[in-house]
Amino acid sequence: MQKYVIRRVLLAIPVLLLSSLIVFGLMRVMPGDALIALMGESGNVGQKELAKLRKDLGLDRPYHEQYLLWLWQMVSLSPGDSIFTNEPIPVSLKKAIPVTLELATLAMIIGLVIAVPVGVLSATRQDKPSDYIGRVVAVSGLSIPDFWLGTLVITFAAIWIHWIPPIGYVSLWDSPWRNLQQFLLPAAVLGFRLSAATMRMTRSTVLETLREDYVRTAWAKGLAGRIVVYKHALKNALIPVVTIIGGQLGTLLAGTVVVEQIFALPGMGRLTVEAILYRDYPVVQTNVMLVAATLVTLNLIVDLTYAWLDPRIRYR
Amino acid sequence: MATVPVRVATFEDPASASISRVQALWLTMKRKPLGAASAALLVVIVLTAIFADVLAPYDPLETRPEIRLSAPSRAHPFGTDDIGRDVLSRIIYGSRISLWVGLLAVGIGTAAGMVIGLLCGYCEGRLDLFGQRVMDAIQAIPGLVLALAIVSVLKPNTTNAMIAIAIVIIPGNSRIVRGAVLSAKQNRYVEAAQALGCRHPRIIASHILPNVTAPILVIASIWLGNAILIEATLSFLGVGTQPPTPSWGLMLSSTGRAFMEQAPWLAIFPGLAISLAVLGFNLFGDTLRDAWDPKLRRQG
Repeated sequence: MQKYVIRRVLLAIPVLLLSSLIVFGLMRVMPGDALIALMGESGNVGQKELAKLRKDLGLDRPYHEQYLLWLWQMVSLSPGDSIFTNEPIPVSLKKAIPVTLELATLAMIIGLVIAVPVGVLSATRQDKPSDYIGRVVAVSGLSIPDFWLGTLVITFAAIWIHWIPPIGYVSLWDSPWRNLQQFLLPAAVLGFRLSAATMRMTRSTVLETLREDYVRTAWAKGLAGRIVVYKHALKNALIPVVTIIGGQLGTLLAGTVVVEQIFALPGMGRLTVEAILYRDYPVVQTNVMLVAATLVTLNLIVDLTYAWLDPRIRYR
Repeated sequence: MATVPVRVATFEDPASASISRVQALWLTMKRKPLGAASAALLVVIVLTAIFADVLAPYDPLETRPEIRLSAPSRAHPFGTDDIGRDVLSRIIYGSRISLWVGLLAVGIGTAAGMVIGLLCGYCEGRLDLFGQRVMDAIQAIPGLVLALAIVSVLKPNTTNAMIAIAIVIIPGNSRIVRGAVLSAKQNRYVEAAQALGCRHPRIIASHILPNVTAPILVIASIWLGNAILIEATLSFLGVGTQPPTPSWGLMLSSTGRAFMEQAPWLAIFPGLAISLAVLGFNLFGDTLRDAWDPKLRRQG
């Protein structure tokens, strides 16, 4: 296992470096440079001011120097200030990260709470009405855009039950009840989307496992159906589901971008979209890199968990 | 970057297959009516986009402030928006944007992914190692975030949204093609062609490519739904198609949300259109996969 862990960690480093090159390169292919793109839109900016700003931001240096400097800033957790608000980026991130973290965690819990029981029910009642309902729900989850579902949920909650989520973000520690009211709907919307793929995977792996010899033996021994399914079949069926959850992390992080926008939650997603709209490139490149690093790390953890659960993986 | 245990699909030489791919698809659709229904749905959407000029009852850009925010009626079955434009006509024309962006983005992404996957799988070695790490690096950035960053760099419009979606598609496709190429290379007839001294381009064109087309078409059909969804999301966030061009995502963000309580039809119908199109492509992709490539089922 130790060798496997070292190999996986070593593979993650070049991927992260290449991701940083892609993000950095992307911000530099902007016609002219980032500053001209930003200032050009506001107009009335003299050449002197532009040159000064370019010097302050280090944009007058050669690309390789800019890249190394940025990499150092990222590693030393001091990625600079926002061009638009002048706020230091770590300060904005400190406010935004807990919001996204809470939203993502709640959505993941809701997604799993929906996906696993429905997936098991679908598999144990294959081709019965409850199976069809489960499968339709899963395909809908993959097809309904989260921004549409979010919009409908807000509106119909307001029209039918005369309830709108409290406005103005309140942290979990300041007012847990108010915070939960703010996060429940967005997390449910995101969780519904996440549940779709997990539900499909749970159904197919439980179906496969139920046909295994050891499950047949359990039935033959006269064990109760619930024990056969939950104690014997589900335990092994859930191993591949871990991989699907790993694959879902990208969807989860991308989903927070949209859902935070709709429900006005001041998280990472909203910060990134606003930075993109205002062409605030230091914030964009820091946020995108942070998301990539988070995804690589989480996937690494998922891979290691999978290898721990299924020893065959380690010896490949 | 999660290393999903890739089950490398192996494909029979198409020439020796007992039934053609069209026949296999036809048989699957007969067995699974949902597949046939999705194909019918896609035909309707494609025909709507092609004949939008004929089908749309009004000009999608024509404004008539005197009938603004009219509820659905016989004259305007999907109602009108905040400046009196017919919502049905805008949805019909919007199908053009969605399909156009989806088809072009998937076409470009698939072609590029195929070239990279073919080169990596066929040459293996350092090129493969480097190529796959670059693909890993692109995949490390969530698709929507990458598309948003690309569009912000280029400039928000339909063409750039399409380019961004194409770039997002490349890594996944290259992996599928690489897997299929690695598998096809194991076939005896490829070894025989190499032993006979056939040149690499000929081996790729005659013996490898035919084995790669099935998984590519399956993945492309599934990606079409995702591409439509990403385009709608980018337009919804204001960095895709720009007003006044009718786009489903834009219709939802510009007027749909603002007048949701007063005129819910402004959000309901464009959202339904997006969901139906994505659902159609997802279900049709599943059917193609069942018909042509059941071994890919666990990867999708």
